Amino acid sequence: MATIVFVDSFKGHIKKSAFESLTYAKKAQPGQELIALVAGDVPQNELEALGQYGASKVWHANGPAYKDFDSEIQGKTLAKAAEKANANLVVLPFDHTGKSIAPIVAVALGAGLVSGATSLPDTSNGFAVKVNVFSGKALAEVEVLTETKVITVNPNSIPVEKDERTAQVESFDPGLNISPRVHVKAVHKNTDEIPLPEAERVVSAGRGLKGPENWGLVEDLAKTLDAATACSRPVSDIGWRPHHEHVGQTGITIRPNLYIAAGISGAIQHLAGVNGSKTIVVINTDPEAPFFKAADYGVVGDAFEVLPKLNDALRKFKEASV
Amino acid sequence: MNILVCISKVPDTTTKIRFLSDASGLDTNGVTWIVNPSDEWYALVRALELKEAAGAGKVTIITVGGAEDEPIIRKALAVGADEAVRIDAPAYDAAFVAKQIAAWVKENPVDFILTGKETIDYNGSVMGGMLAAHLDVPYIALVEKLEKSGNTTQMHRDIGGGTEEVEVEGVFVASATKGLAEQRIPNMRGIMAARTKPIHVKTPADAQPGVKFKNYSLPPEKGACKMIDPDNMDELVRLLNQEAKVL
Ligand SMILES: Cc1cc2nc3c(=O)[nH]c(=O)nc-3n(C[C@H](O)[C@H](O)[C@H](O)COP(=O)(O)OP(=O)(O)OC[C@H]3O[C@@H](n4cnc5c(N)ncnc54)[C@H](O)[C@@H]3O)c2cc1C
Ligand SMILES: Nc1ncnc2c1ncn2[C@@H]1O[C@H](COP(=O)(O)O)[C@@H](O)[C@H]1O
Repeated sequence: MATIVFVDSFKGHIKKSAFESLTYAKKAQPGQELIALVAGDVPQNELEALGQYGASKVWHANGPAYKDFDSEIQGKTLAKAAEKANANLVVLPFDHTGKSIAPIVAVALGAGLVSGATSLPDTSNGFAVKVNVFSGKALAEVEVLTETKVITVNPNSIPVEKDERTAQVESFDPGLNISPRVHVKAVHKNTDEIPLPEAERVVSAGRGLKGPENWGLVEDLAKTLDAATACSRPVSDIGWRPHHEHVGQTGITIRPNLYIAAGISGAIQHLAGVNGSKTIVVINTDPEAPFFKAADYGVVGDAFEVLPKLNDALRKFKEASV
Repeated sequence: MNILVCISKVPDTTTKIRFLSDASGLDTNGVTWIVNPSDEWYALVRALELKEAAGAGKVTIITVGGAEDEPIIRKALAVGADEAVRIDAPAYDAAFVAKQIAAWVKENPVDFILTGKETIDYNGSVMGGMLAAHLDVPYIALVEKLEKSGNTTQMHRDIGGGTEEVEVEGVFVASATKGLAEQRIPNMRGIMAARTKPIHVKTPADAQPGVKFKNYSLPPEKGACKMIDPDNMDELVRLLNQEAKVL
């Protein structure tokens, strides 16, 4: 038996999600062989370093078929690797990559799939994993009914653990005999900064900010915090901010360690995208704003005054702690 | 152009969630059901736009569920779908649903298939990928733009902090996310027309679910929100550092 982890990379570099997935896999089945599958061009030192996160072996599939992302090629490669390793558990990140590949792996292996795990498997009575349901308004346990299991792990659900080992790297050829059917024409990054779904800290603002010209306050604070920026739906609908910053039920779901919301009322559809955040700070002029009920720390005040003051306090703190 | 759109029934976004006393499932008493937003707003509307632009074709909606799903099927027909298929079985899990829809598509070929990015109740984001795998066609997840030219389809997909432009030939499954289209509110004519549009009820194929949801619970209550004086942001920073440990 073995555990296999899909290691995602972007433009030749391994992504942070891989470290979380490896830590998850190591703890899910301790003592079992843990194989990291990497598909595509990634430098040798990054492959070896996967040992630090628990991989005992790294299988590297490389070649023209992996130049562009095609969920079918990646999914079938992972399924072949799982078969070769005799893996009973396959772990991927619950992000755009995992969402693209995991269903294909699950079908190929005839495995049950748990999407968006927030806990390690509980094997005391079968095999059950906790997930968020009803847009974060509730939790449930998912029991997997099949021998082989596929799990995608919710971002920021498990703190990454690291030690000094290096992994043995082998090349892996799944022998697929198929070529990609999805042709990638271009890739655009929204910013060079941290992508919102991966960010550990997020500063977000809503209609209370009055207009796009005031977002400097949000960006300045985000910069001090090394945070990404986000917004409520009306703000992206009116075009004050780009669509990819819209969080909530109809936008993206995030689970940062720190979410700071200024001038956002806290409607249920907004909360659906952010209520998995570890710590929530709400800044609002209205003491009755519903968001305070979901917050850990609240400041009743004008965002135009509070944001700069918070920024100053943080800068002072940063200077004092170096 | 013959397009299939997969729709699913979910509790309205503002529904207060309550569970059965043995925690085995949702207490559906008093729940208002809607068409899953990304299925209706993005997948269905884009399918309708493409059919309209082509000036010919058919948009079929398909759902796996019981007779109680008919009101939401009528809603999607009122938005503009031409006809509906309901596979008469409980939607045990995405794996089960995907096998049912795949079995129908094998008998009733379509040009391409759209799903929503995820259902807002189980938030799995998996049905479309499983369907594509069963049909052996490409799967493109989280599509925010889709254009057709003949047999070629150009799409933009969300890659978390960026966009990828892709192209495929022939049949595919794509999951629709924000940006693909704008919500359409059904008008009176649409609602009237929907009453007489056909809903074909099919018996399910033989299939097993892969997972079972159980032990539903509400998240632990948040402790009371600590209020901080707006003139004392040093205190907030101290708490974020020492108490919440996020700095
Ligand atoms: C089906 C559906 C899906 C939806 N999906 C989403 C979604 O994904 N994401 C989302 O965000 N919304 C979503 N919405 C919309 C949601 O219901 C709310 O309308 C929206 O979140 C409100 O945005 P807001 O808080 O920015 O604006 P408002 O509700 O207008 O709130 C502005 C807040 O700013 C405060 N304020 C005003 N001035 C100041 C100041 N100077 N300083 C500090 N505070 C100030 C006000 O007290 C108020 O609380 C959805 C709605 C529906 C029906
Ligand atoms: N019971 C169902 N019948 C038809 N389509 C469904 C059903 N459940 C989910 N889908 C489709 O699959 C998408 C993804 O669902 P999920 O994998 O549950 O997040 C949804 O947005 C729908 O388009």
